Order: sequence, then structure tokens, then C-alpha cells
Amino acid sequence: MTPPSSHAAALKAPGRIHWFGYASPQVFYPIAGKLVPWFAGAALLLAAVGLAIGFLVAPTDRQQGDAYRIIFVHVPAAWLSMLIYVAMAFWAGLGLVLNTRLSALMARALAPTGALFTFLALWTGALWGRPTWGAWWVWDARLTSELLLLFLYVGFMALQSAIDDPVRGDRAGAVIALVGVLNVPVIYFSVQWWNTLHQGASVSLRAAPTMAATMLTGMLVMTLALWSYAIAAVLVRLRCLILERERGAAWVATVSLGAQR
Amino acid sequence: MIWHTWNDFVAMGGYAPYVWGSVGVTAAALALEVLALRARRRAALAHLERHA
Repeated sequence: MTPPSSHAAALKAPGRIHWFGYASPQVFYPIAGKLVPWFAGAALLLAAVGLAIGFLVAPTDRQQGDAYRIIFVHVPAAWLSMLIYVAMAFWAGLGLVLNTRLSALMARALAPTGALFTFLALWTGALWGRPTWGAWWVWDARLTSELLLLFLYVGFMALQSAIDDPVRGDRAGAVIALVGVLNVPVIYFSVQWWNTLHQGASVSLRAAPTMAATMLTGMLVMTLALWSYAIAAVLVRLRCLILERERGAAWVATVSLGAQR
Repeated sequence: MIWHTWNDFVAMGGYAPYVWGSVGVTAAALALEVLALRARRRAALAHLERHA
């Protein structure tokens, strides 16, 4: 195995893009550190704009009244819960196949934030279901498969934390992540495949959205806001994981001396 | 601006507990995650300093 410093050198070589160079924790640690403030700043700015559109500009819905405003957190959280799971399964699978150190850490970094957004999708869904359906919870396909997603995240994290050897933990977690990714299309298409109480998609790539322009704008801006937030949070957690996992490495010692925080 | 008074805004057409319960818990959850990450980073750096 080549020492990490040669990855850093390879990145500076002209010509090709050296993708594997970025898979070195030493190289990615400072890059992630530089990206965090940009994504965090974008998240704050976009959230301010999105909340202003959603709560001050968008009109009251004729059928649902102001209860529909839950959409501005519910839909972005639900989209992210699925997207983060796919990203987690992708990095876990890549780590399993290529044995790249950073990939498994990326999967570990994604899981808690994904679980958080899954919980928020379920929580806001319950608060939306109560006034519109008259029930906090129903066992329909959409809600049940989203609950299964939460259990998959929790299972992934529990399994990894239960295995002391970090590399074996990475591998075992990757198996759960890859098997569980089958659940994501089930969540997404559940409203088409089964007769669900949950409504179908109001936004799709193939048809014009069935909602007012300001409502749609607010929802999309909030989606970008939470997306930016998730990237910032995951990168911070990834940096923590790198410091924890690579404790023995010489370059990590320079981090504590303040050379590259 | 679609609200005439501050109270209209807070009342959310009678759905205040549902709407603010969604927004509030989301904001609180993200704030807690930020605090947890900050604590974790501090602990990781402190560990490195102790063993430097």
C-alpha cells in the first residue's frame, strides 16, 4: 500500500484527474473543511428565503387551509431521507468493492443525518395527517415503507457501532445498506403501485406540477436549503470520523497542533 | 405578504399546533445535530491533543 503522502503528490500531477487521490482521508480532510462554511452559509440563506416565500408570500390553500404549509418542511425532508440513503448505499458499496478508506467513512457520516430527516418526514407527516386525514398514522404503503427506511438507518448504525473492528463494521454495514436500498424505489413508487391514503406526487419531471407557482418555489428553495445543510453536516461528521479513525497517522497529529484544522 | 396581523400569522388559520409543531421540531432537531457535531469535533481534537 502506498503511503498517504503519495496520494497528495499524485493530485498535484498535471493531466488526468486522479480520482483515487481524493479517496485519501488526508487529502479530503482539508477540502471538506473548506467546503463546510459555503454549504452552511448557503443553507442559512436559502432557508431564510424559502421560509419567507412559504410562510409570508405563498397563498392559503383552498382545500387544506394553512395546514398545507407543512409541505415546506415535509417534502424536502422526505426527499432527503431517500436521497441520503441512496448516497449512503452508493458509498458503502464502493467501499466494499474498492476498499477505499474514505468511502466507508462517507457512508457512516451520511447515516445519522439521513435517519434524522427520515424521522422529520414521519413527524411532520403525522402532524399533517391529523388535520387532513383525521389520523396521525395509517399503515399505508408510503408511510410503512418510510418507517422501514428509519429502521434501516438505525440498523445500519447499530450494527456498525456493535462491531469493534472498524473495517469489519464497514463491511457488515455495507451489506445492510445495499440490501435496504431496494426499499427506496418502493417508497417512491408506493403511491402509484398501491392504493394509498397518502397523495400522489404533486411534482414530477414528466408533467407540469399541480401546485401554485409560489408554493412550488418555496418548496424547491427549502429543498435546496436542507440539501445544503445536510452536505455541511455530513462533511463535518466525516471530518470527525477521519480524525477518530486515523488517530495513529502522522498527518493527523499535525491537525491537533493547529497546522491544518 | 398575505397576513394582515401578527396574530393571523401565528394562528395559521387554526392549524398553529400542526404547522408550528412541524417547523419547530425540524429547527430544534437540526440545531441539536449541529451542537452534537460541534461536541464531537471538540472531543476528537481534544483526544489528539492529549495523545500528541
